[in-house]
Amino acid sequence: MNAMGLLNYWFVIVLMMIGFYVLIAQGNLVKKIVGLNIFQTSVFVFYISMGKITGATAPILDSDWSVYSNPLPHVLILTAIVVGVATSALGLSLTVRIHEAYGSVEEDEINEMDE
Amino acid sequence: MMNHLPVLQVIIPLLAAPLCVIVRNGQIAGVIAVASSWVSLWMAWKIFQLVQVAGTISYNLGGWMAPIGIEYRIDTLAAFVLILVTLVGAVVTPYAITSVKKEIDESKEALFYAAFLLCLSGLLGIVVTGDIFNVFVFLEISSLSAYALIALGKDRRALIAAYQYLIMGSVGATFIVIGIGMLYVMTGSLNMADLAILLPQLPSNRIIPVAFAFLTIGVCLKLALFPLHVWLPNAYAYAPSAVTAFIASTATKVAIYMLLRICFTIFGPDFSFVKMQLGAILLPLSVIAIFSMSLVAIFQTNVKRMLAYSSLAQIGYIVLGISLFTNTGLTAGILHLFNHAVIKGSLFMALGCVMYRLNSVDLESMRGLGRKMPLTMGAFLVGGFSLIGVPFTAGFISKWYLIQGALEKGLWPVALLVLMTSLMAVVYIWRVVESVYFSEFNGSDADEITEAPLGLLLPTWVLAILCLYFGVNGTFTALAASSAAANLMGAGS
Repeated sequence: MNAMGLLNYWFVIVLMMIGFYVLIAQGNLVKKIVGLNIFQTSVFVFYISMGKITGATAPILDSDWSVYSNPLPHVLILTAIVVGVATSALGLSLTVRIHEAYGSVEEDEINEMDE
Repeated sequence: MMNHLPVLQVIIPLLAAPLCVIVRNGQIAGVIAVASSWVSLWMAWKIFQLVQVAGTISYNLGGWMAPIGIEYRIDTLAAFVLILVTLVGAVVTPYAITSVKKEIDESKEALFYAAFLLCLSGLLGIVVTGDIFNVFVFLEISSLSAYALIALGKDRRALIAAYQYLIMGSVGATFIVIGIGMLYVMTGSLNMADLAILLPQLPSNRIIPVAFAFLTIGVCLKLALFPLHVWLPNAYAYAPSAVTAFIASTATKVAIYMLLRICFTIFGPDFSFVKMQLGAILLPLSVIAIFSMSLVAIFQTNVKRMLAYSSLAQIGYIVLGISLFTNTGLTAGILHLFNHAVIKGSLFMALGCVMYRLNSVDLESMRGLGRKMPLTMGAFLVGGFSLIGVPFTAGFISKWYLIQGALEKGLWPVALLVLMTSLMAVVYIWRVVESVYFSEFNGSDADEITEAPLGLLLPTWVLAILCLYFGVNGTFTALAASSAAANLMGAGS
């Protein structure tokens, strides 16, 4: 259990924090969606890493191999990726509509207009 | 056919949704929506009866046995929440037919029903499933369609509200996925009943508490508990009337159901409330929610927004009941979950009638409406009294249990707070009553404002009468809630 062995998980944490920070700190609605995407991607990496077994191969039956990676987390995250795509699509289309209605995608400008 | 009820509960609205898109005709789509939501209600009632007789129902999807296959599992609590969600769905869909014509473009009507049915099937899916990853998938189905529904509001601020909800809701859902992933790493299982057996066997470690934290925070974002509530008021205020009525009375309630499932079924009451001391966190948060949100509600001029803040306070009551961690407290929580959904449904639907005639729900523009729309405002009054907790209304019974639960624990300041915040509810409901009944109508088009059409009034009054019915004859709800609570409390021991 050394730090290098957990390298993937370190990246997960770094990505997650970058995404979360962008999500919170950015006032631009498009950039917020980008932040959300990075945040979700970190979770994808987390799931994919946990299904991997060192020295194992892809889960396709083969006489030369006896150890296989766990396919279930990969399948699960495929679902989550689809959900993520749908979320981004909906978020971006909302942004388009917001831009039509307000002429801006900056949060502070929009808030000023509604005061 | 009867054996497949648990899965049909989800499948029928799920299949009706694309059907609505295919027909492209608002009227036909409306009929499809009404039919499928009524069938759902009938099925939920059948399932409820079955659970009363035979106990927990377990349904293996595709015949694959749990824990390998996906299992749908319905116990007393799930059956009770199913009835609630389908009941509100069955009342709101006929209401939507009239309301949507006025509030949404004709070209988008069919799509509205499709999104509505998707939301319904997502919520039902969360309730029936016994697989934790399924919960996430259904959660996203219901949430994504809810964002779209809210964005259909006429006011441009609806777009911002939907966007804000989307961002916060997705963060919440992602937190839930992280929690699920950690549970899977530790146990290798996604089945809730299986997890409940495997988790206590694990040696003490740091990952399980972290998973617990991710799951509860994610769910609390969805149920809009006090510091995580900022998305809710705007989303409710600017969504179309039918959407507000539906989402306000079901979406947050199902999120609370998820909280109960996670704390009681998966982790077990011992871990959640004794080891992690969840009650010690939820209690102060819910107390702050009840007090501060009732206070904010008093100062709102938009009545829809006022009720949204009141919803946040009521969610506080429900969570307060859960945080007491006693049989009575939990019963109060579940009971208020049901009653509040019926109450808020009737209130928001009455406001939808006002919106239909006035195109506004500002306190100022509603002056003197009591004489113009007596039936609508009558329903509002019934709902309002029930919200306050006047005897012989549904709200009274759940608050009675809640105060009892608090006193049982010796928390008399909390019981006092419940009474005091009920008085605050009197204040904000009274502001509407005063404006509606005790001041003159000042609009220029005085003659055009008449009673709302029957298509809106009838569903509104169905829920208003239910408010009264469950207040006078509370045995059905109280029995169901207390047996669900006993079931949950006994689950871990």
